[in-house]
Amino acid sequence: MAAEAKTEPIATRQAYGAALVELGEAHEEVVALDADLAVSTQSIKFGKRFPERFFNCGAAEANMMSMACGLAATGKVPYCSTFAIFAAGRAYDQVRLGIAHNELKVRIGASHGGVSLGEDGASHQMIEDIALMRAMPRMQVVVPADYNQAYRAVIDSFEANDEPMYLRLGRPATPIVYKEIPETLAGGVDVLREGKDITLIATGHMVWRAVEAAESLEREDGVEAEVLNVSVLKPIQSGPVLESVSKTGVAVTAEEHRVVGGLADAVRQVAAEQHPVPIFAVGMGDEFGVSGTAEACMEHFGLTASGIADRAREALLLKPIVSRPPLFGPEWT
Amino acid sequence: MTANLAPVSHLRPVPDPQPPSRKGAGEPARPSVAELERWATLLRIDCVRMLAVAKSGHLDSSLSAADIVAALYYRVLRHDPAAPEWPDRDRFVLCKGHAAPIQYAALAHLGYFPLEDLMGLRQIGAQLQGHPDMNRTSGVEVSTGSLGQGLSMCLGICLALRLDGLAETAQVFGVLSDGDCQEGQTWEAATAAAHFGITNLTAVVDYNHLQTDGTTEEVMDTGDVRAKFEAFGWDAVEIHGHDMAAVVEALERSRALDRPAAIVCQTTKGKGVSAMEGRFGFHGKPPSPELAAEALAELEARLERQTGSLGAGAREAGADPADALETGADDPDSDPPE
Ligand SMILES: Cc1ncc(C[n+]2csc(CCOP(=O)(O)OP(=O)(O)O)c2C)c(N)n1
Ligand SMILES: [Mg+2]
Repeated sequence: MAAEAKTEPIATRQAYGAALVELGEAHEEVVALDADLAVSTQSIKFGKRFPERFFNCGAAEANMMSMACGLAATGKVPYCSTFAIFAAGRAYDQVRLGIAHNELKVRIGASHGGVSLGEDGASHQMIEDIALMRAMPRMQVVVPADYNQAYRAVIDSFEANDEPMYLRLGRPATPIVYKEIPETLAGGVDVLREGKDITLIATGHMVWRAVEAAESLEREDGVEAEVLNVSVLKPIQSGPVLESVSKTGVAVTAEEHRVVGGLADAVRQVAAEQHPVPIFAVGMGDEFGVSGTAEACMEHFGLTASGIADRAREALLLKPIVSRPPLFGPEWT
Repeated sequence: MTANLAPVSHLRPVPDPQPPSRKGAGEPARPSVAELERWATLLRIDCVRMLAVAKSGHLDSSLSAADIVAALYYRVLRHDPAAPEWPDRDRFVLCKGHAAPIQYAALAHLGYFPLEDLMGLRQIGAQLQGHPDMNRTSGVEVSTGSLGQGLSMCLGICLALRLDGLAETAQVFGVLSDGDCQEGQTWEAATAAAHFGITNLTAVVDYNHLQTDGTTEEVMDTGDVRAKFEAFGWDAVEIHGHDMAAVVEALERSRALDRPAAIVCQTTKGKGVSAMEGRFGFHGKPPSPELAAEALAELEARLERQTGSLGAGAREAGADPADALETGADDPDSDPPE
């Protein structure tokens, strides 16, 4: 079954289910676990195709993660799915000791990340999972931008390496950024649009919004913005980030997540050490989510194309005051 | 907001023409079983309305718990909507927080906040969040929504009440679901409640045998939940969770016990709306306008019947639920679910 690239908006979690079936067909050791959210996470697709390799654990996420530990320690490759709030929040210690500390090849499909989960509200909107999982030793963190990239991320997760991996997926249908299913995640940083004035660095659901922001900056301000998609937040590939910010001298990050511990911090860390430039952040402040439609929630917290563009305008005002010429040549990594 | 919901008749909640006659906070009125059944219908109607407007939420989960919630709020709980912080009050915790609409309906009808607020459910800027939020909604004791945490929260409340010398006065009622009983934390709380010698905790399990991915038996069989609680040192009974007299009796009995009490209610998910009752496929899905219209027609007809038979003089304050058992049950389809 050749994977089919999507063209219309579709949720990244849909790619999780579809790609999992492909993996299951190719590799007998792939098993899937879920916690009574198999339809929401789409692991149901795997469950229907390979019922004997699918374990629905019911509403018991801690048990699921520790079960995955046992399965992986015994030669299987478990894909565990539930909402991000429960994968990273509820079962943190189980993931930490059983999976990360043991350096086991377990893939966590954390669906419904961010506030675009929508109506269920703050209790379900996970906005600090990237921070938690970045901080967890050995854990890799992947946040695809659209369905096609998510499909690649799930397929590649099998071959990539044997380290644990956290994949953040989303609930709402999301516009397509990658016309085809990419050949590879290419280290996890893609330049989607070139520009010389400012770098917009986005992840997940904010990537298409960053592209839109760049278009509006060009249209309305004559600003040429470069757009980077960071799909692998850990380990973050510093080369392309440094190359871009050393060219533009100023950047804005955009994520559907707390600005603490997420993409903003990851990028700032890279830049601060090797090429400090002002980096403004679009993301969640010190607050919880609220109930509303996905789009209304995104707007409520300024997680929009215009939110990114406005932040870019502020950053551009500052640029002549604080930007410096490059300190080093282009090879920092 | 309601313009595109043409097929659904009257979506706005209306004040109950027969509200409860409360005698004051300390001494709740004792409405009859028939009255309570009528209020359960009233609350179910507002759940349908709320979700039809919100186009999001958990309707069948709310309907399942309607009789339990009506029994608690309209009869069993000692509470005062005019003084939500009254220290002596009984506490209600919706451990299965996704059924928030049924609690919101009860709170609104009893005067914790305006009825119109029900129509803001799950919308940006509205007070009524997808799951109960203690900092936004009057009458919500603690925020819930993550399954398995509720019973521990109840236990914490019990311990605080004991420190305040209120353990004899205030009872804590938690309403749990199948999913709650699958979470290990619930059993940590069960162990701890017995260990700490808690006497004012009632866990009411809305055991409807359906969850997100299928029947509880298919997804993760929780087995004999009553026997489990008993094995954890609780007083544990099992009842028909839509038999109002039995629900009231079990709830009131649980107050007097010297141990934590579990009431396992065999219930039917979607109870009260025939098209949904006991059927898989509705969890977490708002009703279509057609289903909402059908549900409202069915529930409103029932409300009319119940109101009519009450008008015949069944409104006896102080009626004992055991007496009312004979006179009350108007519901032809209230057989215990298997
Ligand atoms: C810890 C946790 N895991 C998963 C969920 C997602 N979830 C919401 S409701 C539900 C199960 C619903 O079934 P049940 O618990 O039986 O409640 P019912 O609606 O039938 O009363 C799940 C898994 C959650 N809210 N909390
Ligand atoms: Mg259930």
